[in-house]
Amino acid sequence: MRIVVPIKQVPETSAVRMDEATGTMIREGVEAIVNPLDLFAIEAALRLRESGGGQVTVISMGPPKAAKALREAIAMGADSGVLLSDKAFAGADTWATGLVLAEAIRQLGPFDLVICGERATDGDTGQVGPGIASFLDLPVATYVSRIVSVADGVARVHRLVEDGYEVLDVDTPAVLTVVKEVADPRLPTLRGKQRAKAADLPVWGAAQLNLPADAVGLAGSPTRVVNIFLPKVARQCEKFPAADEAGIAQAADRVVALLKERALL
Amino acid sequence: MTRPVHEGVWVLAEQAGGRVLGVSHELLARGRSLADKRRTALTAVLIGHNVAPADLAELIERGADRVLVMDSPALEHFLVEPHAACLSHLIREHCPEIVIAAATSTGRTLMPYVAVQVHTGLTADCTVLDIDPASGALLQTRPAIGGNIMATIRTSEHRPQMATVRPHSMRPADRTPGRKGEVLRVSPPEALPAGRMRRVGFIPNKETHPLAAADAVVAVGRGIKKADNIPLAQKLADALDAALGASRDVVDRGWLSYPHQIGLSGKTVTPRLYVGLGVSGSIQHLAGMQTAETIVAVNTDPDAQIFHVADVGIVGNLFDVVPVLVKKINAARSAT
Repeated sequence: MRIVVPIKQVPETSAVRMDEATGTMIREGVEAIVNPLDLFAIEAALRLRESGGGQVTVISMGPPKAAKALREAIAMGADSGVLLSDKAFAGADTWATGLVLAEAIRQLGPFDLVICGERATDGDTGQVGPGIASFLDLPVATYVSRIVSVADGVARVHRLVEDGYEVLDVDTPAVLTVVKEVADPRLPTLRGKQRAKAADLPVWGAAQLNLPADAVGLAGSPTRVVNIFLPKVARQCEKFPAADEAGIAQAADRVVALLKERALL
Repeated sequence: MTRPVHEGVWVLAEQAGGRVLGVSHELLARGRSLADKRRTALTAVLIGHNVAPADLAELIERGADRVLVMDSPALEHFLVEPHAACLSHLIREHCPEIVIAAATSTGRTLMPYVAVQVHTGLTADCTVLDIDPASGALLQTRPAIGGNIMATIRTSEHRPQMATVRPHSMRPADRTPGRKGEVLRVSPPEALPAGRMRRVGFIPNKETHPLAAADAVVAVGRGIKKADNIPLAQKLADALDAALGASRDVVDRGWLSYPHQIGLSGKTVTPRLYVGLGVSGSIQHLAGMQTAETIVAVNTDPDAQIFHVADVGIVGNLFDVVPVLVKKINAARSAT
């Protein structure tokens, strides 16, 4: 079974701080990690390979330093990685990102599954996975919580929706986007880390993908960010120290009064 | 090549089991305001099978000027390929200027698939949609970078302008009985791509209180200390008729299951009331709950981030505070 896992390098969000004056992100000193939700996609792919044999290839679009994310995936057990990096790719929205990833997947040759994380924790759109499927003209099952089986050209999966789980049969090749429930990601092994260090990571740019420069990156993106601002914090927190019985009673009375006032009881 | 004229605001109505879902009425509220600002008509698009005619009429009573219906047995359940074929077909035929859908499991799958097919931009999970008075363009505002900043996005050249909006981020449009409009049934495109994906079963949620749709949420953080203490939080949830949620820490430790997780890597909730117990308020968690109407937080740390977004903050030990809260809430309830 051949599986491709597109991954993204993201800033560790818990470390993100904002420059209050400019409204921009302070990137210095913020660690770049593999999008945490992509780890579940990598794990799901590795498990399918372990049960049925095959190859897991990770790809990532990003600056040269995104190679580190690919090496981390190889350290977990992925077989190979390709970095999609080109100055022309910069500023891509989800449309232009999906296009580059889909072209790369096409060029990697025949495959059975593309497995994506549900979304990236920085952009938080969840649009790239279904976008890749649309570019490749393939079916996509999103929010997959369980891969029951992949056999005879059919993947049976559970798809998490608002009121339960759909059980779907999807003909392969297909795209799946997975949620955390699908599998617990493993940690990289020492041997894996050594293999990752030595791994040869080809770098493909727009030319290798036969994509014109005006179809990728900012130039190929239908959307534009026109304004960035800090969200207004409208709430004034009324704080109650509740260290003793009287304090607790007073705080609880205030909560009950507020709930009554706002018709929440 | 002359560009076709793109006109009109569309909202994608969702259905299940032949009934229009409530989230569609929230979209109508958004769509109506955009259509009025653009001085154009509002269309609700419904793709499904055997949808109750009264529900279609209700879409009009709640603000649609026109309802476009595509009906086929193959469209009964959401499957991305046939549904995308229908929506793309309608967009190409009718050239709307704006198409919005709910950021549900359906909308978040269908819209990106269609945006690629019709080659246009799409903005996910908008919290504010507005019309730029100067250009008439759709201004799509969404939280970015974990809710730390807001970004306003425009689709400059491509049409339609497409966006998904968070469910429960707006009240449903009011109903005006007798409001007039047109229900137009349109045949699905001839060759509906079916078959590559089949729905073979459904496992309904066991939870009685689905978190994402809850009006009230009680969330527990690491301060709850261990799984054995969850029943205490459940007592408060019961008193408030609330669903039980959790921070990532709690889910990672296995004290509650993943469907309970609130935050960037879990669910986004917009309840009328959120109560956080021992929740510190990481960016990751705040991004999933800070749009709640009323926020109450209990935490021992007076500097906890959660207090920055709370209306009432109780600085104290939740194990002392919660039993008193439960008692007083139950007393207030039985008194009314």
